[in-house]
Amino acid sequence: MSRTPIEKPKSVYFFGTCLVDLFYPEAGVAGIELIKREGVEVIFPQAQSCCGQPAFNSGQRDKARDVARAQLDLFTKDIPVVLPSGSCAGMMFKHYPELFEGDVDYNKACALANRVYELSDFLLNVLKIKLTDKGEPMRVTWHGSCHSQREMGVRSQPKDLINQLENVELVELKRETECCGFGGTFAVRQPEISAAMVSDKADDVEATQAQKLVSGDCGCMMNITGHLDYRKSDVQGLHLAEFLWERTNDPR
Amino acid sequence: MTLVNGKDFKGRVHKALKDEELRANFRRAMDGLMGKRAMQFTDGDEWTRLRNLGESIKKRALSKLPELLERLEENCTKNGIKVHWARTVDEANSIILEILKSHDVKTVVKGKSMVSEEMELNHFLGDHGIRALEADLGEYIVQMAGQMPSHIVMPAIHMNKGQIAKLFQDNLPDTPYSEDAAELTAIARKELRREFMEAGAGLSGVNFAVAETGTLCLVENEGNGRMVTTVPPVHIAVTGIEKVVENLSDVPALLSLLTRSATGQPITTYFNMISSPRKEGEKDGPKEVHLVLLDNGRSKVYRDTETRDTLQCIRCGACMNHCPVYTRIGGHAYGGVYPGPIGKILTPQLEGLDEYPEHASASTLCNACVEVCPVKIPIAKMLVRLRDENSGNCPHGEHPLKGRGAKSSTIENAGWSGWAAMNASPATYKVATTAMSRIGNLLPQSAPMLKEWTSVRVKPKFAKKTLHQMAKEMGLKDE
Repeated sequence: MSRTPIEKPKSVYFFGTCLVDLFYPEAGVAGIELIKREGVEVIFPQAQSCCGQPAFNSGQRDKARDVARAQLDLFTKDIPVVLPSGSCAGMMFKHYPELFEGDVDYNKACALANRVYELSDFLLNVLKIKLTDKGEPMRVTWHGSCHSQREMGVRSQPKDLINQLENVELVELKRETECCGFGGTFAVRQPEISAAMVSDKADDVEATQAQKLVSGDCGCMMNITGHLDYRKSDVQGLHLAEFLWERTNDPR
Repeated sequence: MTLVNGKDFKGRVHKALKDEELRANFRRAMDGLMGKRAMQFTDGDEWTRLRNLGESIKKRALSKLPELLERLEENCTKNGIKVHWARTVDEANSIILEILKSHDVKTVVKGKSMVSEEMELNHFLGDHGIRALEADLGEYIVQMAGQMPSHIVMPAIHMNKGQIAKLFQDNLPDTPYSEDAAELTAIARKELRREFMEAGAGLSGVNFAVAETGTLCLVENEGNGRMVTTVPPVHIAVTGIEKVVENLSDVPALLSLLTRSATGQPITTYFNMISSPRKEGEKDGPKEVHLVLLDNGRSKVYRDTETRDTLQCIRCGACMNHCPVYTRIGGHAYGGVYPGPIGKILTPQLEGLDEYPEHASASTLCNACVEVCPVKIPIAKMLVRLRDENSGNCPHGEHPLKGRGAKSSTIENAGWSGWAAMNASPATYKVATTAMSRIGNLLPQSAPMLKEWTSVRVKPKFAKKTLHQMAKEMGLKDE
């Protein structure tokens, strides 16, 4: 149940997300470049900040709504809003209508929700992107975030994109669909359970003998690579957009 | 002594996570159960259709719960089943004690019943000189071990064959050590067979209580349910009020969803439909059948239209089988009667958030439970609701839950206010993020939240430039 495919648009909005903004801006840049290369204009409203999910999931509904409301007037043209995160996309797509139920901005919230796309789904199903691999042979594995799978219906799309790369061997995790233990503030509210989960995920990653762990959500990635680095693993983590861009762009 | 306790969740979690044998037992068992369930629902369309039907059956029943309960009472009474209403656990226990005393019962044999766990019935009866013996194999094992069920369908799932073999050897006279599942079952069967014949009463739970016909449906695999409901002269069924369904024709869909979701079986070995005590001229069956309908907080859950969805549960346990948290910490760590995702939402609602303050936060909101729930309970949404209630900033004003504000913290609220102020104003956001990308990496590892984060991870590294800055440099339109 991925989003309804639409015709290729002339332009799109890009919602970078706060984690990408602060910690992984290269992932955002790569996502933008991939869209631009397909001949689509990318608009980046500078007034954007965060989708509001951290507060929404922490029992702070009012504060989540304040922050979400600040986004509603920034993406008003009837064009897709693309996010390099299944989790933040899920927040807008699934939870904005619920968060603004009975609110004066309900219609605006729904209008935005209906135009939200997760990046890999957008690249594959809307832009119908065809990738030409220019990189060295490499083995990678993939971690799909819970919200991209279960809120945005993004399951095979990222792997279909990776599999377009000729020189890349994708080795799937044994428990690919299982949560990595991030869960936003869960990681600090229940640190021991989170630690057990991320440790199991890292074991699974290492067992694939992949050189890189590719993920579509920077929350999961910060968690898993944070732990991989902690245990001094050789596996390097990076966002799908960055990985795809690295392997397919013409070296400058 | 009570085994039910919501406090010190983190202490129990710590202990469970360190227990490698326990973790291996759960991992192995949950992997097996997930695999078996998946084999049952290979046709996605059929699964979608059936669970929509299951959801609508339960929603319809709940939408007229008071009426259906009265119809159930009426039709049970017509059938000769005596119906008792219990507002609280104490009332339910007293009702059962009175019934048992009036028949001078010394031993009651029990089929599996989570409601009786809620009532701590075994302890209660023990205190009054009546022996309650669990006859479901898993329950028999945990009772022998002096424990609570760790799973609502498979109570002894936390133990492996070696542990059970040792338990039997230590507790049953003349029992040699054997790890053979068939032999272990045979040992329990031999012990229990005698008890069924001698017990003064049998007690069971109920899976579906049919209002239309006054029928009590009982799903089981071992035949113990049939024994406890037919061999002793008195049968007492206990159930929560949410188990009522309207019509007999509602049962097949729910039964199919239940067994396939729970154990991956197309149907269980036994399906009992109890409609009356022994009638004139019949050769078997109990002389008396009682039904105890327990509220214990359910009507409070019911009166709020959002929390009401919790009562759709048919107790299949699929949510816990698929829960990455449950798989790690096991059932006992939760401290309540109902573990796993359903326990995380049900227990604080029944017992109070103040009694179970950590339950709502012990989830990544990964939605694995939501994905497999056969009656589509929005568990993640309910967890978020409970978090709102916990923080006390809850806009759901109509029916506050007991213990609202249990985790309310002035410091945390102030932190979120600051966060909201920063993220709701583009100017402030820009100043704050630019500052963070310059000096954020200087934060010490001991800073709040970073301390827990860095216990097993390296510090996240702020990038030198934000995406906002880079987008501007790329010349992207800002409109």
